[in-house]
Amino acid sequence: MADTSTATADGHEHEEDRRDFLLTSTVVVGAAGVALAAWPFIDFMNPSADVLALASLEFDLSTMEPGQAITVTWRSKPIFIRRRTAAEIDEAKKVPLSELKDPQADADRVKEGKDEWLVMIGICTHLGCIPAGQKATDSKGEFGGWFCPCHGSHYDTSGRIRKGPAPKNLAIPPYAFTNDTTVRIG
Amino acid sequence: MSAAPEWKNPVVRWIDHRLPVFTFTHHSVVDYPTPRNLNYWWNFGSLAGVVLVIMIATGLFLAMHYNPSVDQAFDSVERIMRDVNYGWLMRYMHANGASMFFLVVYIHMFRALYYGSYRAPREVLWFIGLFIFLAMMATAFVGYTLPWGQMSFWGATVITNLFSVVPFFGDAIVQWLLGGFAVDNPTLNRFYAFHFLLPFVIFGLVFLHLWALHVHKSNNPLGVDIKTDGDTIPFHPYYTAKDAFGLGVFLIVYFAFAFFEPNLLGHPDNYIPANPLVTPPEIVPEWYFLPFYAILRAVPDNFIDIWGILPILVTAKTAGVILMFASVIVLFLLPWLDRSPVRSARFRPIYKQLYWLFLADCIILGWVGANPPEGTMLVIGRLATLYYFVHLLVFMPLLSRYEKTRPLPDSISAAVTPQGSSQSAQAQGA
Ligand code: FES
Repeated sequence: MADTSTATADGHEHEEDRRDFLLTSTVVVGAAGVALAAWPFIDFMNPSADVLALASLEFDLSTMEPGQAITVTWRSKPIFIRRRTAAEIDEAKKVPLSELKDPQADADRVKEGKDEWLVMIGICTHLGCIPAGQKATDSKGEFGGWFCPCHGSHYDTSGRIRKGPAPKNLAIPPYAFTNDTTVRIG
Repeated sequence: MSAAPEWKNPVVRWIDHRLPVFTFTHHSVVDYPTPRNLNYWWNFGSLAGVVLVIMIATGLFLAMHYNPSVDQAFDSVERIMRDVNYGWLMRYMHANGASMFFLVVYIHMFRALYYGSYRAPREVLWFIGLFIFLAMMATAFVGYTLPWGQMSFWGATVITNLFSVVPFFGDAIVQWLLGGFAVDNPTLNRFYAFHFLLPFVIFGLVFLHLWALHVHKSNNPLGVDIKTDGDTIPFHPYYTAKDAFGLGVFLIVYFAFAFFEPNLLGHPDNYIPANPLVTPPEIVPEWYFLPFYAILRAVPDNFIDIWGILPILVTAKTAGVILMFASVIVLFLLPWLDRSPVRSARFRPIYKQLYWLFLADCIILGWVGANPPEGTMLVIGRLATLYYFVHLLVFMPLLSRYEKTRPLPDSISAAVTPQGSSQSAQAQGA
């Protein structure tokens, strides 16, 4: 097109410019249309409204003793709730941050004044297995917290990664205490 | 090569004039010129085609009784096994058929590696083959989720989580793949849909694979081009007969598994219904994924310290995932990594040795993948992973430059027939 348009201008060439313009704009509009039409198909696969609707749940913790742990399900993920003993809290607090792979103070992983309660998503940050350590009989790993048997990740009493392939600490879901013994997750 | 046949049957002639499907078939499977010296390693392509058809057929019938919902999936498979007429046969053929499919395709691929079948002008043929392999892996992965046992569930969890290493969008992509926040009913439903679709995608790719094959014809054990009609024989009856014999042998092996050891290649934990709250002590993929699983887990935990600057971007997990995908992607580069003037390992004394080392390396990777990544296993896995890439990325290019290859025969017929060699001797003398 470039060399024809540099030739002397006559009606014929204007015609060609016009055609080029129409062709280009048709292709552009068509491509944009196809891209837009693709979106519903892509978004169709995202979590649906009913799946999202189960996003917030309340749990009563009044029957839990120190040292006990329960697993609840939220967004089809296991949530670990552990009522920690004083010894466990101490241990979590005294670890220097420099020793941690994913440095985070214990205080940043619990609600203020609620040091006892550790609420975490019980999914190993490596490749998504459920770490052991919730049951009294489970192996709790070298740091007294949780141990992921899949590829050997050890988590401490604050759910922080201490050893093994997992890159991050166990995640903390959004949650709040609605009263002293009830927690709302989500 | 003969001309288009004269069709005697008037109906055939009438149709063929309008849609030359009979002529096409005649050209591609009857008088299709095939190198006269193909050995039994060339049986595995057609075997793979047969297995694909068996898989589609048994899969279609299983689908008539399978129920893809988290409450029903496991039970419906057990129903197929216990109550449905010949359900056990259908399922064992399908489950063992998947293993046989990979076995046959791995042999097919290693044949291509030995005889240089990926070399010019067959690069596109090789690419399509690799796409078929990728599609097979996807199909097998989603298919393994369907029985909804513990390995189904946790395998799906581990593999979909691989995508969480994508920067920024990782978690969004995982949720998009799962249709939720964890593997659940929406995941099972879509995996079933894809498991039904993908085999037909493979079928389409196989068609392209054959199309590309028929442009430059089969490679052969000598790796020299077809030069004259004397180098070839018609596909039918010579190779139809040879393929049929091979198929018979193959079916004996296949049904030895299906009838006598149907669960040998599976994991017993998959007979425990999926439980999202309990991870099995060890998650192991099916045998055909083990080498890749070993590569995934080979990256040292403290990769971060070793590599200095990479760490900010790449953790051990990410690096493992990248390496695993790279192990397949690097195969696409093979036609350019290997620039040796000679295709077949028969005339490449050093490559021939390295080839067997590479094969052994892949088997070692598979063995490592079956074991927990600890102690010596981990070390062996790392070394084997390293060797995998060194072979492809370093040895192949170096060999192409420095290897002294043996002289090639003048032609296929010169090498394989007495009068062929005397003919070519005359030709040279003349
Ligand atoms: S999934 Fe927990 S260590 Fe790999």
